[in-house]
Amino acid sequence: MRRQLLFINRHSPYGESVARDALDAVMTAAAYDQHISLLFLDDGVFQLLVGQAPGSIAQKSLGASLPALPLYEVEDIYVHLGSLQARGLSPEDLILESVTLLDDAAVQALRARQDHILSF
Amino acid sequence: MKFAIAVHGAPHTSQASASAYRFARALLDEGHELYRVFFYRDGVHNGSALAAPPQDEQDLTADWQTLARTHNVDLLVCIAAALRRGILNADEAERYAKPAANLAQGFELGGLGQLVDAAVHVDRLITFGA
Repeated sequence: MRRQLLFINRHSPYGESVARDALDAVMTAAAYDQHISLLFLDDGVFQLLVGQAPGSIAQKSLGASLPALPLYEVEDIYVHLGSLQARGLSPEDLILESVTLLDDAAVQALRARQDHILSF
Repeated sequence: MKFAIAVHGAPHTSQASASAYRFARALLDEGHELYRVFFYRDGVHNGSALAAPPQDEQDLTADWQTLARTHNVDLLVCIAAALRRGILNADEAERYAKPAANLAQGFELGGLGQLVDAAVHVDRLITFGA
């Protein structure tokens, strides 16, 4: 059965493993042919910043993996506009060009049409 | 209703595991079905047979085992997260030439696909410790 799964990323990319663990789960769900949406919220928007260079802290770059998502047919990628603005960021700062910006009401609507929400 | 639970927090560090356990008990008491408990991230520490909490504190590993025995619940530990954190069954201990295995009885190692499988088969998937 094909389910609507929304993965919500709320944490910054390094310092803890949560962003990487979320990406692993997203890739797995994509391999199982589920309909996947990805929402970056709160500090999660930092995962999308250009110019990530975590090699000096012995971490793999998350920013290098995210552009591969469309190859896994993960194409519904959303960013909460308020979270961007609260951090002084704009869409030009993001590594992905094809994200959809959502206001609070649109986030609510996105959540409402899912079968399951997986929080990270 | 059919439920699955994902546990992301380590026992004794965060409340996530204890809350997940209480939620599991509550839904079973209400007559619902628990399809699977999936332990991911630090949640894999729930499956360590070597944890030895003080006697006057909750022993979550033992509590999960009892739950699995009495209600036939699937306790699935993410293998990638477990290997990184030193939670190994006998096969993996042998494969990686480690001196011991410590996955508690009643728990099984499996892939993230089992989390997706749970999402496909249940009405509600509840994450603790995100």
